Amino acid sequence: MAIHTQRLSVSEAGKYVLLGIVALLFVFPIYSLITSSFRPGRDLMRYGVTFASIIPNFFSTNNYTALITGHSGEYPVWYRNSILLAFFQTGFTLAFSSFVGYGLGVYQFKGRNALTMLVLVILIVPLQILILPLYKLTTTLHAMNTFPGILLPFIVSPFAIFFFRQYAVGIPKDYLDAGRIDGLSEYSIFFRISAPLMIPAFGAMAILVAQQSWNNFLWPLIVVTTANMFTLTIGLNSLLTPYGNNYDMLIAGSCAASVPIIIVFFFFQKYFISGLSAGGIKG
Amino acid sequence: MRRAPYVFVLPFIISVLVFYLYPIIGTIVMSFQDVVPGETRWIGTANYQKMFSEDFYKALGNSFKYTVLTILILIPMPVVLAVMLNSQRRKTNSVYRALLFLPSLVSVVVAGTIFRLMFAYSPRAVTNAVVVFLGGRAMDWVLGGAGPAMFLMVMIAVWRWTGVNIVYFLSGLQSIPTELYEAADIDGVGPLSRLLYITLPLLKPTIIFVTTISIFGGFAMFEESFIFWQGQSPNNVGLTMVGLIYKKGFQTGSLGLASSTGIILIVVILVVSWIALRSFGFFKRES
Repeated sequence: MAIHTQRLSVSEAGKYVLLGIVALLFVFPIYSLITSSFRPGRDLMRYGVTFASIIPNFFSTNNYTALITGHSGEYPVWYRNSILLAFFQTGFTLAFSSFVGYGLGVYQFKGRNALTMLVLVILIVPLQILILPLYKLTTTLHAMNTFPGILLPFIVSPFAIFFFRQYAVGIPKDYLDAGRIDGLSEYSIFFRISAPLMIPAFGAMAILVAQQSWNNFLWPLIVVTTANMFTLTIGLNSLLTPYGNNYDMLIAGSCAASVPIIIVFFFFQKYFISGLSAGGIKG
Repeated sequence: MRRAPYVFVLPFIISVLVFYLYPIIGTIVMSFQDVVPGETRWIGTANYQKMFSEDFYKALGNSFKYTVLTILILIPMPVVLAVMLNSQRRKTNSVYRALLFLPSLVSVVVAGTIFRLMFAYSPRAVTNAVVVFLGGRAMDWVLGGAGPAMFLMVMIAVWRWTGVNIVYFLSGLQSIPTELYEAADIDGVGPLSRLLYITLPLLKPTIIFVTTISIFGGFAMFEESFIFWQGQSPNNVGLTMVGLIYKKGFQTGSLGLASSTGIILIVVILVVSWIALRSFGFFKRES
């Protein structure tokens, strides 16, 4: 019996050592990004990230000052654009997707199953393969370099619809009937009874949509051509060239763009995870 | 009451028509046209005859290799990690899961920046320092040919998506009834048999789901390549199918050719995922 437990704990220990090494490898890039952001960009340009440079023994906030003052003050503009886009994207996407998901989850009507199937089909079609006609549409509507042009293709998210649908299915029918007896219209029932019940779903989707908007790259790359409409990803990308980079701004800028999401993640981890899991279980 | 359900789903119907159906039909139409600003004319199947160039096969090959390699890594590894994590110690596990999830939070541009720095040409950069320490020679990862280029793209995907796939697999594992494992324990079944005869078969729906989204995502890959080479890689080592569409459509301005490439891409994705689903026995279950 004693031998048995000891053997178990050895394999248990081995498991945690292995997991520890994997975790180190995965966290290392983010750690090195943060330490690098306090070092002079020319060293990074010449040597990249070295084992010497990851020891936090050099601390200069010059790169961060350069973010605000350098490049004719563009970085704060990118930041503002990304914040505004994430805000509007989240607001609109949540409003529309919760509406649709609720309709699919709560009501019996002709065409419901077909529509639910359609949501699932669209869920796996990557928007990348539709960029050309979307681009043509955007130019026809004179929406290039505008917020609506960047936002609209993502405004109804199939993933969010599916998530809200799953949530709405679980709302007890009695609650809705109680509303009907009180003479509320179906829309009032949604706003006064159902939406408050779906608050956790709103939380999970708000985080997911805001993150996607914040990190959106391909579509803004196509729709945005003027510097004052640049988002963080597009702006940072403009600092990257194959043969030489503005690493002072790039590294500090990458850090400043990523750290807020990482902080939000640690506070709302549960919502991040539950937002994803819905897709996994139903696959 | 009668009308209400349709009002609720109306935003979806409109957005499907405008942002999916119209673009798909638009792509099909444009693939038979020569699209020049201000003047568009029908040219039949000329785009389809012209499109099978050297670039096309290069892009298709790269996308295919990338998809296969990412699937070969991004399914077994997260499954094993998820199985390891799915044990009793919840607290440690959720911290661990969070650490592996971090890379998926940063944008692909930020990820590319970090990778360029870690895989810099200098022999002092971390990756090359390890290579030199192991007796190799410092490599130019970004501009050093097809092998290193594919390695970089696959590595960046592995770094960003492992944590997400672990979440999928953990949620799949948590739906497996614990009674099965208890029964296996009573029968004295070893850990490997437990994995092979209980865990993997019951995880199959999740594995099918992750494989399918990986096929779609793999063939649609563009950004992981763009951040390294900005669409101009030496010998097209980083050219992917969506990269080719981007190049043809936005850099050379031949929207017609780009559209026919897009149509072929959709066909390729559907065929590949159909073959994958069939080999999983997915269609048998339904018939």
